[in-house]
Amino acid sequence: DKLFANEAGYRSSLAKIYGGLSLTGNNGPDGSGDLGGIDEGFSSYLRNYWNLQELCTDEAVIGWNDQTIKDFHEMDWTPADNFLRAMYSRLFYQIALANSFIRESEDGVLGSRGISGTDADKIRAYKLEARFLRALSYWHALDLFGNVTFVTEEDAIGAFLPQQISRTDLFSYIESECKAIEAELPAPKQNEYGRADKAAVWMLLANLYLNAQVYTGQAKYTEAVTYSKKVIAEGGYALQGNYRHLFLADNHKSTEMIFAATFDGVKTRTWGGTTYLVHAPIGGDMQAADFGVDNPWGGLRTTSALVDKFSVGDQRANFQEAGQKKDIEDIGNFRDGFSIKKWVNKTSTGANGSNLTWVDNDFPIFRLSEAYLIYAEAVLRGGTGGSNSEALGYVNALRSRAFGNSNNNLGSLTLQNIIDERAREFHWEAKRRTDLIRFNQFTTADYLWPWKGNVKDGRGVESFRNIYPIPAPEINTNPNLQQNPGYN
Amino acid sequence: RVVDTNNEALPGATVFIKAKQTGTVTDEKGEFSLNAEIGDILEFSFTGFTTHQETVGTATTLNIVLAAASTYLEEMVVVGYGTARKKDLTGSVATVSANNFQKGQISTPEQLIAGKVAGVQITPGSGAPGSGSRIRIRGGSSLNASNSPLIVIDGVPVDNGGISGVANPLALLNANDIESFNILKDASAAAIYGSRAANGVILITTKSGSAGQFKVNFSSLNSVGIKTGSVDVLNGDEFRSVVNGYTGTIASSADRLLVGTANTNWQEEIYRGAFTTDNNISFSGGIKRLPYRLSVGYLNQNGILLRDNLQRTSVALNLSPNFLDNHLSVKVNSKYAQTNSFFANQGAVGAAVYFDPTQPIYSGEQPFGGYFEWLNGAQPNFNAARNPLGLLYQREDKGNSDRLIGNVQLDYKLHFLPELRANLNLGMDQSWGSGTVFVPAEAASQANRGGTNNQYKQTRSNKLLEFYLNYAKEFDAIQSRLDFIAGYSWQDWKTESPSFPDLRADGTEFEPAGIDFATQNTLVSFYGRLNYTAWDRYLLTFTLRRDGSSRFSPDARWGNFPSAALAWRISNEAFLKGSKVISDLKLRLGWGTIGQQDGIADYGYQANYFYGDAAAQYQFGNEFVTVVRPQGYDANLQWEKTETQNLGLDLGLFDSKLNFSADFFIKNTRDLLAVVPVAAGTNFTNNLLTNVGSIRNQGLELALNTKVINSAKFSLDLGVNATFILQNEITKLQLISDPNFLGADVGGTGFNFVQKHSVGYRPSTFFLYKTVYDEQGNPIEGLYKDLDGSGNLGETDKRWYKNPEPNAYFGFTLSGTYDKLSFGCVMRSNVGNYMYNAVKAGSGIYQNIFPNQGYLSNAHRDILNTRFDNRQTWADYYLEDASFLRMDNLYFGYDLGAVGKSGMTARLNASVQNVFVVTKYSGLDPEIAGGIDNAIYPRPRVFALGVNLEF
Repeated sequence: DKLFANEAGYRSSLAKIYGGLSLTGNNGPDGSGDLGGIDEGFSSYLRNYWNLQELCTDEAVIGWNDQTIKDFHEMDWTPADNFLRAMYSRLFYQIALANSFIRESEDGVLGSRGISGTDADKIRAYKLEARFLRALSYWHALDLFGNVTFVTEEDAIGAFLPQQISRTDLFSYIESECKAIEAELPAPKQNEYGRADKAAVWMLLANLYLNAQVYTGQAKYTEAVTYSKKVIAEGGYALQGNYRHLFLADNHKSTEMIFAATFDGVKTRTWGGTTYLVHAPIGGDMQAADFGVDNPWGGLRTTSALVDKFSVGDQRANFQEAGQKKDIEDIGNFRDGFSIKKWVNKTSTGANGSNLTWVDNDFPIFRLSEAYLIYAEAVLRGGTGGSNSEALGYVNALRSRAFGNSNNNLGSLTLQNIIDERAREFHWEAKRRTDLIRFNQFTTADYLWPWKGNVKDGRGVESFRNIYPIPAPEINTNPNLQQNPGYN
Repeated sequence: RVVDTNNEALPGATVFIKAKQTGTVTDEKGEFSLNAEIGDILEFSFTGFTTHQETVGTATTLNIVLAAASTYLEEMVVVGYGTARKKDLTGSVATVSANNFQKGQISTPEQLIAGKVAGVQITPGSGAPGSGSRIRIRGGSSLNASNSPLIVIDGVPVDNGGISGVANPLALLNANDIESFNILKDASAAAIYGSRAANGVILITTKSGSAGQFKVNFSSLNSVGIKTGSVDVLNGDEFRSVVNGYTGTIASSADRLLVGTANTNWQEEIYRGAFTTDNNISFSGGIKRLPYRLSVGYLNQNGILLRDNLQRTSVALNLSPNFLDNHLSVKVNSKYAQTNSFFANQGAVGAAVYFDPTQPIYSGEQPFGGYFEWLNGAQPNFNAARNPLGLLYQREDKGNSDRLIGNVQLDYKLHFLPELRANLNLGMDQSWGSGTVFVPAEAASQANRGGTNNQYKQTRSNKLLEFYLNYAKEFDAIQSRLDFIAGYSWQDWKTESPSFPDLRADGTEFEPAGIDFATQNTLVSFYGRLNYTAWDRYLLTFTLRRDGSSRFSPDARWGNFPSAALAWRISNEAFLKGSKVISDLKLRLGWGTIGQQDGIADYGYQANYFYGDAAAQYQFGNEFVTVVRPQGYDANLQWEKTETQNLGLDLGLFDSKLNFSADFFIKNTRDLLAVVPVAAGTNFTNNLLTNVGSIRNQGLELALNTKVINSAKFSLDLGVNATFILQNEITKLQLISDPNFLGADVGGTGFNFVQKHSVGYRPSTFFLYKTVYDEQGNPIEGLYKDLDGSGNLGETDKRWYKNPEPNAYFGFTLSGTYDKLSFGCVMRSNVGNYMYNAVKAGSGIYQNIFPNQGYLSNAHRDILNTRFDNRQTWADYYLEDASFLRMDNLYFGYDLGAVGKSGMTARLNASVQNVFVVTKYSGLDPEIAGGIDNAIYPRPRVFALGVNLEF
């Protein structure tokens, strides 16, 4: 209880929950991992989330042989997959931390510890953010795994077996949590950088509603319009002038950033997160020094399906072509497939980040462009409260930025325009799998990409792969959990 | 006067008037005087000799000849809290005393008894000076807690944890000061040590002085260690032809350009012939009634890896005076050692295996100290191995440690009730470790941080207070003997390590200091033992220890550890008494429960919050906030409990010229600590250390010692011991048993896990795919038996197959004398142990040669057979039978006898260690604890010459 005797202890505890998005343990970059059973670098929240959202799509392949990492692009993962377990464990590690924080910051507890006045107010504000972080992780859990374990601040730490919650019920829970904290969180941009504000919750709600059809079978496009519009209208964010600056070492200065997981080459070190995203795509003829780092990891590239979505002049296309072949014969060979030079540990002025091994780049979890494209898609899908012309305007705003002029602006929108625009705008930002599922292109044969389903030209796979299996160790330790269909 | 059979004086022999319970001790000349009345019965006794009784007649002088104890049955054996005659033992206790130790250059004590005792497996560590061994008594009973036995030195249970600044804490004890090892193997013997005894107990007794002549013993042993082999990698020319001849898809044209013109045998470059000198001098004798022994030792041992060095200075002082008419005996034991180590960078061992043999040692250019390094622009290529010589010469890693183990033991025989003894033992084991690590800024290994200039420190303190009462009495009327002991023990361990900032070579801060570390735990115990002997035939032992440990929550803190044992000395029955053949026959039956708490964290049962370090902060605005983490915990954490049963038989034939013993044991460990998955969201971790599992062990130990030849001129002793593991199986590993659970991953190779702890199998059983071979008998890349018939390859296609631990192991000791020549050897053999050759698996692939990242790596010659492109981590092709027969030691000694007129005697000796190994295993050494061969620091073959002087 000494720790929670004052506000500083709460602040450090809250920093741990936020830090869980970036860090893998108490020592940077490793040495005291939060999770067991997996290499610490592999246990990173964002590294796993990114892999689970990208490696299974047209946007990324990886050349390594780490455990079952190739199963993701092959789309033949199993419940025994250790990366899936690491993700599940990480999500619920965050949730357990948040639950504990919420318990420790109940008014009665604060009173019994003699904490009052501004300190108590600060802690109450922290508690709202802990609830936001819990909702964020529950959303990721819902999106990736469907029907998952459910624990709240009512459940103390110890040996008990939690219940499973259905995707629909969890959707309602996240929705109600977000709405409960929405009003009390600081206005957009009024909180410290790195911490959540109203706009972060709105973005979470907008995402939730945009995918409601997938999650619950019930569309909520109108609500998606409402919340994306709130971000656009009330947030005060502006598009970053240069798209490429959004992913550089000083991207914390971006006018477009709504909520980010922060990294720092000296003070927030990890082998996951953006350190992975900068190093892993460097290989072949690429020089690590050009990326502000000391060594190439030679793993990540993309497929021709993504490359072909760009037209000439689009500054968002930033492929490494020299020394690489566009078509992939062998996923294990780094030179097969173009690499992407999106994540670079250099600042917008060209200086190196603060360290050459661990990078400074923050990872945008929500940025303004996404509000634009959610708005456009939700309107297009029939959500009310917005207009087609505004929707077209937002899409063209992104295209104008990308091309540096309005010559490539669209005259009208189709849903295929939207998902392709999302690919161009958000490739390698851990959104692709969710998008493909929403457009029913993830498992079906309607859309194929190289080596989808472990076939060179691609093939459709079983539809049950639209959600990942509950990891086998969870099923084994908790008989209350039922495996997702298709994985038994 | 009391003399031995050679008419040599026996100083310090006890002379006792039984009826009056008074007595005296003989002086240096073996003489004594005593006021006795005619008819008194005098009892003469001396350790190692048979007791003699003499009724006082009219003579005023007595000349008593004591015979050396005719059989080893009379030997006194150190057991927990006291001693017992070997023939009175009911439990499984093995003794190895100095004259039976392994001989030669031995700088770490446990090696003295390697191969000497059935059921005791001592697996040497690496070839580094002073490196520790893995000691297992009757196999491990634990998965996650420690499997190492409790070590008690002169009555002080010592801290077996690592000490900073020294390779192995036991290396701080000079092997030359040790008198004997007693190994308590079963529960009935070990239960007196309660919650720490589940892996057995090793009692080490150091030499002490005996009243008598002043004696000086000087020994000097000088040796040279030589590397015995190399990992079989390609040489420069072969490597060039493999690179140039490769036609597959892995290599790019850029890769082929990297190959060099040199021929460097890295594994020759980093090793040397290593000289060691070990010198000891001891003084012993008695000043008045104060027997003493003082010894000073100096060891300077070079490792065969360049720059590796250990220097140890040790001082031991033992005093054993008696006071108050011998009613109060005092023992003071103190052992102090200081080591100064230069730790060679062992990263060079692996680097020398992997480094491209076509590259030169030196680049001929300035950066990185002139060493050839793989580059990425102007920076070193951080994915490549570093230049092995650069690793060695660009790192100054120096450690110092001091260790003081000491105790004062007061043993008081009550004047009015001499059957009752009170014993107080105050002990301590204190160690201080410190060291510095310097890596210059120019070193390629740390070019990204500007070198290192760091220091570390650690203090460990272990305090002991013990008090017991012992009541021993013979009841002649009922021909019984009762020996009862009841005691209390308090022991406290404390470790402190201050944190220092992480500095660059130039002294600037790379990372600020973390938080100083300190931890403490206390163990409070009550114990009792009852020995009852009736008619010298039926022996009964009960022990009980109650331990309370601060490591567990107040609710789960106390545990009781009982044992009982029964022995029947059949040879003392009327029908065997006087038998010419059977001199001893005893049947032993024992049962007990013992615990294991080593390896469990000091505060594991409660929620602990730990601050993150400076590189794990999180940004809030412009501030970086230190994070704080609640640690996952199990409030009900408990020690592991091992229940053992032991059935033993001791047989002595022909006046104990042949001694045989057999022990069958069953060990069931429950509440086994294992790290198991916990349901998501219920704890601050996904894998938690908790009491879930069970293991069952069964084994058979056989030991045979015999005097093959025993004449005045020629003697030959043979000792053989064998241990058979009949069953060793995990019987439970989960809170909720799940038939689909394949087990917990263990056995990391650096890339992946190749072993599992699984129910129904031995711990750490290999879990691999079954390799498919082509017609030439070469393995086919990526093709494995589809064992589950599913059509694709998954976890369920792997199989549990073989184990790193042997099914049986053997020790052979031969020793003898011929006139003035003495000789002997020790051999050990393991049968059925398997090894995963991770060097082959990791390097014998084209992917390793061509990582496509601007450098090349050498490959195991096995690549010429497999021609694998990619790593086949789970191929059972890499699993090999590592059964072996090793001659540990071969020695010859020659007794020069008296030299000159000074009364000095001299002995010369010559020995070889690690003489030969017979094995089918293809790697460097078939004996690696854990069964994964990742290129070890090779154990040298050591040739030693020594001289021993006594005067």
